[in-house]
Amino acid sequence: MLVAKVKGARRLAAVNSMAQASGLFPGMALADARACHPHLAVAEMDEAADRHWLKRLAQHCACWSPRVMLAPPDGLTLETTGAEHLFGGEAGLAAQVEDRLGEMGMTLRLAIASTPEGAQALARHGHFPVADERQALRALPVAALGLDAEATQALNRAGLKTIANLASRSAASIAARFGIGAVTALRRLLNEEQAPVDPLVHPEPLHFERRFAEPVALQASVAAYFLDLLREAGRALEERGLGGRRFTLTLFRSDGARHRLAIETGLPTRDPAPIMRLFDERIAALADPLDPGFGYDRITLFVPLTEPLAASQPALGGKEPEEEALSTLIDRLSTRLGPGAVRRLVPRDSHIPEQTQLALPAIEIREPVRWTAPPAGEPPMRPLFLFDPPQPVEVVAEVPDGPPYRFRWKRKLHEVRLYEGPERIAAEWWRRKGGEEPGKGGLTRDYYRIEDVRGRRYWIFRHGLYEEKPDPLWYVHGLFA
Amino acid sequence: MPPHDEMRADAPCGAFGPAPLDIAPLDIASLDHVLGGGLALGRVHEIYAAEPEDAAAAAGFALTLASRLAQDRQHALLWLRPLRAMRLGGLPHGEGWAELGGAPGMALLGVVHDAMALLRATVDALRCPALGGVIAESWGPMRELDLTASRRLTLAAEKSGVPLLLLRLDAAPVPSAAQTRWEVASAPSQALPGHAPGAPTFDITLLRQKSGPCGMSWRLEWDRDQCIFREAPLSGSLVSVPADGPAQRSGAGRGAGRKTGRSAA
Repeated sequence: MLVAKVKGARRLAAVNSMAQASGLFPGMALADARACHPHLAVAEMDEAADRHWLKRLAQHCACWSPRVMLAPPDGLTLETTGAEHLFGGEAGLAAQVEDRLGEMGMTLRLAIASTPEGAQALARHGHFPVADERQALRALPVAALGLDAEATQALNRAGLKTIANLASRSAASIAARFGIGAVTALRRLLNEEQAPVDPLVHPEPLHFERRFAEPVALQASVAAYFLDLLREAGRALEERGLGGRRFTLTLFRSDGARHRLAIETGLPTRDPAPIMRLFDERIAALADPLDPGFGYDRITLFVPLTEPLAASQPALGGKEPEEEALSTLIDRLSTRLGPGAVRRLVPRDSHIPEQTQLALPAIEIREPVRWTAPPAGEPPMRPLFLFDPPQPVEVVAEVPDGPPYRFRWKRKLHEVRLYEGPERIAAEWWRRKGGEEPGKGGLTRDYYRIEDVRGRRYWIFRHGLYEEKPDPLWYVHGLFA
Repeated sequence: MPPHDEMRADAPCGAFGPAPLDIAPLDIASLDHVLGGGLALGRVHEIYAAEPEDAAAAAGFALTLASRLAQDRQHALLWLRPLRAMRLGGLPHGEGWAELGGAPGMALLGVVHDAMALLRATVDALRCPALGGVIAESWGPMRELDLTASRRLTLAAEKSGVPLLLLRLDAAPVPSAAQTRWEVASAPSQALPGHAPGAPTFDITLLRQKSGPCGMSWRLEWDRDQCIFREAPLSGSLVSVPADGPAQRSGAGRGAGRKTGRSAA
């Protein structure tokens, strides 16, 4: 059962069949429902998720009809004219839709009618199949018009219970009492007026290909054809106001082998030259070079990822904007060295030192990120380099709980000259199962900033307090500048 | 690149003396005097770690220098590292980097597999004028970085005006076309109250400068809040080391040889 907040009160928004059977209905206050059934299982209504799911279903329905319209919040309309015969007529189509969506766990009410409004009204308020569509529609209650609750109530109060009642009145008198909306809805339902339809658009995939009568083996010719494809793709992208962010080139060799090359750019583009350069980089970075063999008989270009890109005017003087220059560099390096080779450090909210940052591919994070400025007048409290995992170190301390006196790291002995600490960092016990019990939350770390007599600065920690562990180990976790 | 462009980039630093440089003063009188006004942008500067253990200090010096050079230019910094640097030297830590006065969120970190890829990526990066600086880090000797490669880096840097800091860790100096060559070691810091380690302090030696004096040493302290280097006072930092102790020869003794000429490599 789902609840939503309506005018400050929590009311039921949707109920399942069991709840309906026990007398609950949408629109009921949650308090009233709880009074009847104290053990109601209730969840918050998530309208965004519902919309998203409806859209997904609509995309799925494209297998029955190319024109799918959304009827929010919970309806879909398919225009099936000319498509029913593929599924064995109207009944066959209805059976298949019911089957397939039923498998996905959907409870369906469906109807077929000659207008979208008629089908929706029959599905929501009538039954299917019907012998005479016109009769069935006229027998529906006025709620089937889909007007708001107030108008529906007003119609009912006026004694106009069914569509037939309403249709027998003159349009002028209905409009005078219940507004022009009621007339329009009625005319649309009875197929006297066509409503505009707004089908979901399935854009044609950006797929371009060249077939050759004779296999092409010469690299220069392949490059020329590819450039041609890129220009075609550029024109298609420009028409849609888009730029490609991922391009896939597939080379089909005449003996059946195929090579697939993909590049990615940080900023959307449709200019053939930089894309060509990136593909050159990609080809140069291949472990074994492309072997055309007896030639390619087909090359295809696919643009799977696009982003809006408006036409832009170059600055006066023809200088490349800096952002573009930087993004070109990132694209080039990412293409040659691998997609994750160029990264940007992004802060993360954690107090465990090794978890305070993420290194994310720069091709994804285009905008610079802000790191909080350290407080003025303090020396660096965190090291410049962090070892992951920390490196074990032998430490001699004056007192067991005290700071290191000297330590041996990488077989070299370091005398401690200056130290600061401990900075105590506890483990994230709340992430562990049973971590709130003493002794199960993980080991606490005691960090020391240490400078040895040679001036080298280390970040060393003892893994575990003495009450947590009898013989805690020491580690070098980082190096200061 | 069309041939006449290459010539134009090449000509000024040929027979007709150094090209008119963009110079970033380091605000230390003696240092700026030796460098002829400051550190040149659009040039290659090599930074060697005195010992492998000084790698973090050398990297820290390169980063502070880069944030000093890019101070008035809100530009991204690209730090190229070989894959083995992650294992040997650790991962760059954003918080610590920000505490050195850098802008880790603006910087880009590039990871390359071998020396050849490092040099290629460096040249590509130097051709991008949108960068405020490039740091190329290398561990161990790098045979691929010969005079030709070094000259190529210099040309690319001159053309775009982007400074390159070539960080050479665990390596011995080799001839190159760089403008300056530095040796960096970590130095004892000015202790804070309670015997706490203070601001980052470096011992730097100018090993070589193209057509300029070299061989001088400085002890610099980095002031992150004002984004400047300060000359660190000598006294105090050496008192805890016995003059003839075992540490004298290799590290702490460096201070004793200050301001004395050393032959250029």
